[in-house]
Amino acid sequence: MSDQKLVASKLHAADVGRTAAVGLRSRKTRAFLSAVGIAIGIAAMVAVLGLSESSKSELLATLDRLGTNLIAVQAGEGIGRGSGELPDTAAPMISRIGPVEQTAAVASVDANVYRTDLMPEDRTNGLSVQAVDITLLDALAGTVADGRWFDEASASFPTVVLGSVAAERLGIDEAGGDVWLGDEWVTVIGILDEFELSPDLDRAALIGFGAAEQYFDSDGVPSTVYVRADPEYTDEVMGVLAATANPINPEEVEVSRPTDALEAREAADDTLTALFLGLGAVALFVGGVGIANVMVISVLERRAEIGLRRAIGATKRHIAVQFLGEALLLSILGGVVGVGLGYLITAIWSSYREWDVLVSQLAVFGGLGAALIIGSLAGLYPAVRASRMSPTEALRTG
Amino acid sequence: MSASRTVLRLEDVVKVYDSTPPVRAVDGISFTVEEGELLGVVGPSGSGKSTLLHVMGTLDRASSGLVEVVGYDVSKLSDRKLSSLRSRHIGFVFQQFHLLSGYTALDNVADGLLYTGLPLDERRFHAAVALDRVGMGHRLDHLATKLSGGERQRVAVARAIIGSPEIVLADEPTGNLDTATGDSVMALLRELVDMGTTVIVITHDREIADGLPRTIAIRDGKIERETVAAGAAI
Repeated sequence: MSDQKLVASKLHAADVGRTAAVGLRSRKTRAFLSAVGIAIGIAAMVAVLGLSESSKSELLATLDRLGTNLIAVQAGEGIGRGSGELPDTAAPMISRIGPVEQTAAVASVDANVYRTDLMPEDRTNGLSVQAVDITLLDALAGTVADGRWFDEASASFPTVVLGSVAAERLGIDEAGGDVWLGDEWVTVIGILDEFELSPDLDRAALIGFGAAEQYFDSDGVPSTVYVRADPEYTDEVMGVLAATANPINPEEVEVSRPTDALEAREAADDTLTALFLGLGAVALFVGGVGIANVMVISVLERRAEIGLRRAIGATKRHIAVQFLGEALLLSILGGVVGVGLGYLITAIWSSYREWDVLVSQLAVFGGLGAALIIGSLAGLYPAVRASRMSPTEALRTG
Repeated sequence: MSASRTVLRLEDVVKVYDSTPPVRAVDGISFTVEEGELLGVVGPSGSGKSTLLHVMGTLDRASSGLVEVVGYDVSKLSDRKLSSLRSRHIGFVFQQFHLLSGYTALDNVADGLLYTGLPLDERRFHAAVALDRVGMGHRLDHLATKLSGGERQRVAVARAIIGSPEIVLADEPTGNLDTATGDSVMALLRELVDMGTTVIVITHDREIADGLPRTIAIRDGKIERETVAAGAAI
C-alpha cells in the first residue's frame, strides 16, 4: 500500500457550467427545441400574470378617478315592481341623509330628438331625452368634449347637451347648432365625452329640469337619482336609500353601485386568468417532460462520453452534476426566453389597450423559479441514471 | 541503472461475471509491470483481455486477487478514490479515440486534466505541451471532427499523457487505423516509453505484439505464454 495520500478528483464551479454545456453545444437544434416547451409555458404564465396586473392597475386607476361612492337609485320596472318612477320627493329626501354629499336626478322626458324637423318621427336613432340636474356632470365624473355644461340659466332655457353617442348619431360634432327636440328647435350648447359609469346617458339628449317642465310638459318625476356619499359611509347610505327614496314601497327601488359592474367584469377576467395560468402550467409540465425525454436519450447516446469521463477521473457525482446541469441550462434558457416573451406580449397588449405595463417581480422570478424546479425535476432521473452507469459498460456499448 | 519501481501488480486476479452460467473472464492472472516498461497483452477476441484492461485501469473491480496500482491496493479504495487514482496516475487510449466532437484538439486534451481541479488556462497550457509531444502542435485549434484517424489517435494519446501518469493503458490503439498510421502511433507509444512512461498495449494483432519487448498472451482468461524479446531490459 502506498503511503501517498490520493488527491481527490474535483471539478471547478466554472467547469461544471462548461461540461453542462457540452450537450447543448454539440446538439444545438435539439437543445433549442427542448427549451421551446419551457419557454412557451413560462411566457404564457408571465403574460397572463402581467396582463391581469396591468388591467387591474387600470381598473384601480379608473375606480380611483370615478370614485366608488357613487350610488344609483332607480325605480324598479315591470309587473309588481312599480311604475318606473320614483316619488318626486325622492331627491330632496335623499339629500337629507347625513353622509350624502351630492344628488343628481334624471327624469325621462316624453319627447324625441332629431337632426331636423324634416325627419320622420319613427327615426329616433334609439335616442332618448332626459331631464337632468345640473349637478349630474359632477356626480358622474363626466367631462365635456365640446361646448359647455348647463348653468342655472341655461338649464331653464331650451338648450341641450348631447351624450357622446347621441351626438354621433345625430351627426353633430361641435356645439352651437340646433336640433329638433319635441316640437322645438333647441340649441346644442355642449357635447359630452363617454360616461364610464352610466352608458345609458351617452345615448341621450340632456335638458335642464326647468326647460323640461316649461317647454316639454315634463312632470319632473325622476327615474334615477345619482348619489355621491361620503366614501366612508357608502355602504350605510346604500342600506337606507330605498326606504328614504320611497318610504311607502321601498321594494320598488333598486339601489346599485355603478362601479360594481366594473369590478364584476374584472372578477370574470380573474377566472380567465386562472384558466390561462392553468394552461401555462400544463405547457410548463409538458416542456419539463420534453426535457426529461431529451436528457434520457442524451444519456443513452453519450455512454461513450460518460465512460471516457469516468476513465479520466470523474466521480459518479461529477457525471450526475453534469447531466443535471445540462437539464437546468436547458430549462433556464427556456425560462429566460419565456420571461422575455411574456413581458413582450404584456407590453404589446398593454400599449394597445393604453394600460401601464406592469409585470411584477413575482411573475418574473416565479417564472424563472418554476423553470428551475421543472429543470431539476426533469434532469434528476437522467442524471442519476448516467452516474450509475458502470464505466466499463459505458465504454463497451458507447 | 537505478532500481525500477513496480507500478502494477496483479496476483491471482479473478473476474467472474454473474451471468448464467457465470463467466470467468479473467481466471487467476498474476504479473507485475515495472516503471518504464512497454508491455503487450495479446489474445484473440473473447480471451478476456479487455476485462483485464478494465481491471488494471480500475474501471472494474476484480472478483478476487490483488490489484495494486502505483502502490495502492485497489480493493481497499472507494469509488471516489478510484476516480482520483485514474485522474492522476492512469491514462487511457481507446480504439474509438472517444474525442468530443464539438471541441478543438486543445480542449479535448485539456479535458484529460478536467477532474484534477486545475484551472482551464493551466489545463490548456499543459495540453499544448502534450500535443506538441505527440507531433500535433500545429493542430491545436482544429475541431476533433476535422482530424484524420491517425491525428485523432495522437490527440487521444496526448490526452492520456497530459497529466504525466505512471501508467498508460492503450486498448487496441491501432484497431481503427491503417497499417502505416498504426505503425506511427506505435512508434509514438515507444517514444513515450523511452521518456519513462509505462505503457500497456492490449491488442489482438500478433504482428504488433511481436514488435513489443515483452508480451503476455492470454486465452480464456488465463496466461497462455509470456514472451520477453531478446535484449529487452526489464
